[in-house]
Amino acid sequence: MKKIEDAIILKNVSIVDNIFDMKIKAPAVAENASAGQFIEIYTGNGVNILPRPISICEIDKKEGNLRLVYQVVGKGTGIFSQKKEGSILRIIGPLGNGYNIKNADKSIFVGGGIGVPPLLETVKNVKGQKVVVLGFKNGTILKDDFEKAGAKVLIATDDGSVGFKGNVIELMKAENVTGDVIYSCGPKIMLKFLSKYAEEKGIECFVSMEERMACGIGACVGCAVKIKNGDSYINKKVCKDGPVFNSEEVLWND
Amino acid sequence: MISTKVNIAGVELKNPVMTASGTFGSGREYSEFIDINRLGAVVVKGVADKPWNGNISPRIAEVYGGMLNSVGLQNPGVEYFIKEDIPFLRQFDTKVIVNVCGHTIEEYINVVKALNGQDVDLLELNISCPNVAEGGMAFGTEPSMVEKVVSEVKKYADKPLIVKLSPNVTDIVLIAKAAENGGADALSLINTLTGMKIDIYRRKTVLANKIGGMSGPAVKPVAVRMVYQVSKAVKLPIIGMGGISNGEDAVEFIMAGATGISVGTANFANPFATMEVIDGIENYMKKYDVSDISDIRGIIE
Repeated sequence: MKKIEDAIILKNVSIVDNIFDMKIKAPAVAENASAGQFIEIYTGNGVNILPRPISICEIDKKEGNLRLVYQVVGKGTGIFSQKKEGSILRIIGPLGNGYNIKNADKSIFVGGGIGVPPLLETVKNVKGQKVVVLGFKNGTILKDDFEKAGAKVLIATDDGSVGFKGNVIELMKAENVTGDVIYSCGPKIMLKFLSKYAEEKGIECFVSMEERMACGIGACVGCAVKIKNGDSYINKKVCKDGPVFNSEEVLWND
Repeated sequence: MISTKVNIAGVELKNPVMTASGTFGSGREYSEFIDINRLGAVVVKGVADKPWNGNISPRIAEVYGGMLNSVGLQNPGVEYFIKEDIPFLRQFDTKVIVNVCGHTIEEYINVVKALNGQDVDLLELNISCPNVAEGGMAFGTEPSMVEKVVSEVKKYADKPLIVKLSPNVTDIVLIAKAAENGGADALSLINTLTGMKIDIYRRKTVLANKIGGMSGPAVKPVAVRMVYQVSKAVKLPIIGMGGISNGEDAVEFIMAGATGISVGTANFANPFATMEVIDGIENYMKKYDVSDISDIRGIIE
């Protein structure tokens, strides 16, 4: 059940460059949230009229808190980054389908850039052996959190500043990463090549997609993603049908 | 006691507040947050004779005080609408207005024929969508074409026909008169203004379609002006829209000459917007001793 709630900011600090780590008290949204879902945050001004979709990094149902790790990419996220502890953010959520957690002996998690945060709650909800493969331009985020959640963490960076020099797919090939299921979130180009990797290895793969959206609840039909339909395709909504899709459903040819 | 009842082409609405087509689906999504029973009418997202995929993504961009969209009327088609959406909407005590879209006159007629005998109250002919290559706005920007498409479609409609006008014209009054001559029972305006946004860092347009339709608070003065001009020139009831976010905005359109008003983009910024507009109109009427909403309609000379 989706709710609109005035959340209270408990923490909002920069962790690296333009990436912020925020904790909010939002019991009505947290109560119903699950791994891989997102919220939208309203800017609260009349100029930036659209709410911004932000993935949920961690859910604390007991305390009614959500952790959001977000990147400042424009005006909306810039506004959020200036908000102080104790101030209010109007949010709507939880939105989207989230990951359908599978029973598996070995699960793989693949994240790229600001696609990494929603994997943390997912890792915490998965049992068995867990390998997390993260890709960044430079540096890392949330590495310790993933290790604390019991995962083996492999890092790739474009500049080689941390871990493997290259992208996550090259790293996975180099390390021959295999398992029973992949949960992923990141840039579309990464998801496209990951989908190919998963197909070659015969691993079921779930991808969390991103698209520009307005309402967040399926009414505006802005956030279309092409889903295979026979020889053609149909447009599904990232906000409502997704953001998580089976990689085999997605039409990757653009 | 105040009366907010209005009459659009013989159909009585409990209040003038509707939803702008394309911003509210068929009401399902927003029914989780608001009481649909309170709305004067739900104007549903454009319905075509067959399913449409719409344009490629990205199809949303924010602009100062508004947004651009290039969705391109993605919809599951009239058959799906009749089967799934009419029964859903009929659970509520509100009027149902179907926005009809097409690439050709024949496609518009196909939708209207399919809706004949169905349990809906009014039709809204969409000759103003800027995001489809054929049909849409192409039908709505030339007076003789407007008159032709309206009169052709009207022949087959068993419900009153509202014609939705594009603001992307040199003279909105000429278009409005053409629709009236074609047999329109009411007019709605404005559809979106064509616009564009460039991401200077990527050196590309934000929308994949390059150009989209602009809506939101920033377009309101343009819309109020057009409603005013059209209301002075035609006898038809007008449904005004364009940037309405609160009761004061709605009252402004009513004073400009609108009988009904629609809330569109404001739903995205605030899912409670329609309810706040209804409350805002009532509060205005009580505070300023307006007993009947028609007392303030078109009072700007």
